[in-house]
Amino acid sequence: MLLNTEPNMQDFDAFYEALIESHRDLTTAQSHEMNAKLVLLLANHIGELDVVRDALRRARETTLAAQA
Amino acid sequence: MNYQTHEFTYQRCPDQTVSSPARHPVVIVGAGPVGLALAIDLAQRGQKVVVLDDDFRLSSGSRAICFAKRTLEIFDTLGIGDQTVAKGVSWNVGKVFHRDALVYQFNLLPEPAHKHPAFINLQQYYAEGFLAERAAQLPNIELRWKNRVVAVDNIGSGTTLTIDTPDGEYAIIADYCVACDGSRSPIRKLIGEESKGQVFKDRFLIADVKMTAPFPTERWFWFDPPFHPNQSVLLHKQPDDVWRIDFQLGWDADPEEEKKPERVIPRVQALLGKDVEFKLEWVSVYTFACTRMPKFRHGRLFFCGDSAHLVSPFGARGANSGIQDSNNLGWKLDAVLRGIASNPLLESYATEREFAADENILNSTRSTDFITPKSEISRLFRDAALSLAKDHAFARRIVNSGRLSLPSSYLNSSLNTLDEAAFDGGVKPGAPALDAPISRDGVNSWFMSELPSSFACVVYKENNTVEVTRMDTGASQNFVASTEWISRYDAAPGTTYLFRPDHHVAARWRARDASKISNAVRRALGQ
Repeated sequence: MLLNTEPNMQDFDAFYEALIESHRDLTTAQSHEMNAKLVLLLANHIGELDVVRDALRRARETTLAAQA
Repeated sequence: MNYQTHEFTYQRCPDQTVSSPARHPVVIVGAGPVGLALAIDLAQRGQKVVVLDDDFRLSSGSRAICFAKRTLEIFDTLGIGDQTVAKGVSWNVGKVFHRDALVYQFNLLPEPAHKHPAFINLQQYYAEGFLAERAAQLPNIELRWKNRVVAVDNIGSGTTLTIDTPDGEYAIIADYCVACDGSRSPIRKLIGEESKGQVFKDRFLIADVKMTAPFPTERWFWFDPPFHPNQSVLLHKQPDDVWRIDFQLGWDADPEEEKKPERVIPRVQALLGKDVEFKLEWVSVYTFACTRMPKFRHGRLFFCGDSAHLVSPFGARGANSGIQDSNNLGWKLDAVLRGIASNPLLESYATEREFAADENILNSTRSTDFITPKSEISRLFRDAALSLAKDHAFARRIVNSGRLSLPSSYLNSSLNTLDEAAFDGGVKPGAPALDAPISRDGVNSWFMSELPSSFACVVYKENNTVEVTRMDTGASQNFVASTEWISRYDAAPGTTYLFRPDHHVAARWRARDASKISNAVRRALGQ
């Protein structure tokens, strides 16, 4: 199974709001720490290493492409 | 014998006075744990072995301290298993701390229904001492102390060794030569080979501390503790009230300064508390590397243990993997010396153990990367995992303060015969035998003790009866299997396992078939 990149949520606006809200009043260092924890929590929930690897690859490649 | 102070005597030997070099079937260079284990294995198989060592003492300081179950099983076959376990310290509880708080603790209860625990802690000089005493009982072994190899001529038909002694130089020719001469292997250098890989930019202080304070027999690992900020610390127990403490120091630490008692004692006091009395037994500062030689075999010259591969100490894969190297090579050299196998079997030592070394290096590198993060982001994730671990079970599995050394399974070895029938688990071809309780003649015993030093055919018959047949003599005997044995081998009436002399599975079937068994033996001999 590969990463599902089709829309997979009912309410993206509510998700995005919750994401931003969860970082409220955090310093940048705290936000980085929180994001790291989020990655670990979500990766464990996904559970399939192939899917996680696909996500890691996409995140990395789009980052490198953006700076190219 | 006091293993730490005992001095072996150099004796002049007849080879030093002959006009042309004497020839020996097997010469082992290095009387450390790996060289001695290999010498004993070969001697027990009836081979004559010369062991050369440039020193005249056993290991100084404790060095390797964690001996895993597979090593203890191999030690049983060498005749020192029980005394090793009896002297060693068993621990089950491990605690992981992050900064000033306990993150979690785990209990590594011994796996039920195995003779040996998952590991014991024991100073290396004890293991070496037991091996040296066992070797001294075997007339096939000739140990030559203060014999330092200074030149190697590794020609096709043998290896000529020039050896320096207190009486000057002499030369011998080895039909087969095994370099068990440690991480700085002089033999490796003499043939112009290198061990390559990753050197970690970090330094660690090891202090072996003797104290009688009532500390629990547990393994404590601290990430970034208040008494040693930004670094890791490991504490665990060895016999004789000796505690091993590892302090991570960082790359900028001065190794000579850090070894001085006035530097070490305050660090230890910060950990133990000011009131605890202790004595420094041994102190060393070291860096890690994960390296290996590209090839463990060079014609008739073999590399075993640290000379062939080096790992970081987290996970206890140095001495344990070296003992497995010796276990893999012993029966193969014996088979070749007996003329029942040749080049392909010797080559399989290299391929099987190079695979094992890669596996150990992978595990060891992963532990090291967790313990000493190499970048800011690596440290961020490390600390995130530690922070989550307190309340999230999954994150405890990410925390890596060293993974327990497990033996390699040679699942892709050319010596294996592939399964033709279905097994639900069991022990796959290439994997080492699994222990389980059995009984013979009404006496409770262990399966590992039933396996001979030769190829063995193990057939599950009916009424829990199992027949073990030595393939060299044809002698057989029965034992009664426990439910654990039946389940670990996924056994049903007719199930047949063929074990190699090192107790790895060579083949298995659902019914006994003499011609398939003899084909599998031939295959496992590389014929």
